Amino acid sequence: MADSHTLDKKHPASMLPETITPDVRFLQQVEAAGPFQASACYQCRKCTNGCPVSFAMDLYPDEVIRLVIVGLPQTVLHSQTIWVCAACETCTTRCPNDVKIAELMDCLKETAVQKGIPCPHPQILDLHNIFLKDLKRWGRVCETTFIPEYLLRSGMLRRMWQAHTLGAEIKLGWRMGRKGRFALLPKTIKGKKEVRNILGRPEKR
Amino acid sequence: MKVAYYPGCSLEGTAKDYAESIQGICASLGIELEEIPDWNCCGATAAHSIHHRAGVELAGRTLNLASQMPHSDLLVPCPMCFNRLKTASWALNRDSANRYGIVLQDSLPSVWDLATFLATDAMLQTTAENMRTPLEGLQVVSYYGCMANRPPEITEADNFENPQALDRIIQNLGATAIPWAYKTDCCGASQVLSRPDIVSHLVGKLYDMAERVGAQAIVVSCQMCQANLDMHQEKIGAEWGKRFSFPVYYFTELIGLAHNVSGVKRWLSRHITDPISLLEQLNLRGNP
Repeated sequence: MADSHTLDKKHPASMLPETITPDVRFLQQVEAAGPFQASACYQCRKCTNGCPVSFAMDLYPDEVIRLVIVGLPQTVLHSQTIWVCAACETCTTRCPNDVKIAELMDCLKETAVQKGIPCPHPQILDLHNIFLKDLKRWGRVCETTFIPEYLLRSGMLRRMWQAHTLGAEIKLGWRMGRKGRFALLPKTIKGKKEVRNILGRPEKR
Repeated sequence: MKVAYYPGCSLEGTAKDYAESIQGICASLGIELEEIPDWNCCGATAAHSIHHRAGVELAGRTLNLASQMPHSDLLVPCPMCFNRLKTASWALNRDSANRYGIVLQDSLPSVWDLATFLATDAMLQTTAENMRTPLEGLQVVSYYGCMANRPPEITEADNFENPQALDRIIQNLGATAIPWAYKTDCCGASQVLSRPDIVSHLVGKLYDMAERVGAQAIVVSCQMCQANLDMHQEKIGAEWGKRFSFPVYYFTELIGLAHNVSGVKRWLSRHITDPISLLEQLNLRGNP
């Protein structure tokens, strides 16, 4: 922890105990789901420097890769970074060593969900879950059913109320509706069963 | 010319304007769109984030349905859908294919991002031949977002840091595409619902730069970008201490305008930030 003195108090790596036991197989387990070529990383930080959402991250993308390599899954899987990643693919595109960084972020999200690790921004995971639920319902996603369900269940509606922005959002929704931008009826497909079969049982949370 | 067509879910809802403008201009360009029968949602960000296998298989199912059609080209207007279809065909054509519970059919059509298709030499020529009202005086920046170009290993995009498709189309219509550095910077996409603060930050930067380079409007080919840039300008402007009023046009709407296709005004009436006043100032009056 050479640069622990420079780390912010909130930085997840700064919360690590001084004696740590790395999970030396973590890299192997992650790569088995890829390959993502994480071990090819030489820490040039091109991913972090080009990342549009690094300002909202607790670990920078290069730090995530480093922690995967040294085997600290708990720090990585509890981080905000994996959820804040917008999957814009800038990092993967620019990596000089062909590390599939954005794809690795997805793998870490899925691993965190499977291990039941709570998402530090639950409303981001809710968005994915409720989207897939709507997809399962119709075979396509209908914004008219998906968006209201999301706003209600994720607590975003309550947040808007607390931030005094609910009025403006309702007005915007009303304008959208008047402009004919919400489908009145969901379209359902014949292959709904196939789609449900692909998605399997709902992800446990 | 007959082609297969995969509109995707949002073109049946909030991006109705994009859907209508595509139908309108394809008729004028002699392209007959045949929708993939019984297509399903590609899974989008949700599936690839937390259910990788499903993300590939969902897009794979739609690809297999397209392979049963007699067409050699599949047009995809939504860059997210395009990216997911390309990702599925990439993943299912490799050694790792046995991880997935779906086998890709042979005879898949070529999967095209709509803007890239309409920027091929042949289509640009057809577009030029159908011109009625050149869009002279219109100064815009083109904004591609992420998914049509990145990662190039999947999208097969040539010029992924400085794409040209929209610029070529815009110039071909007689308008000016101002060069700028933010063509492929992310707008935050679906985070508009879960982390609107992130989207405000990202989109605010785009407005700020568009203003600095002297653009009158922003031209897009992605309905998520369009929604994020069009719907919250007043709010984001207030957060930046500025007033932004950029019309955010789909490139297909501009083609429709230049071709005098009927319906242009109806498409534009679905926008939130006023798209009409600028056109009126430039004496570009679209058909109702």
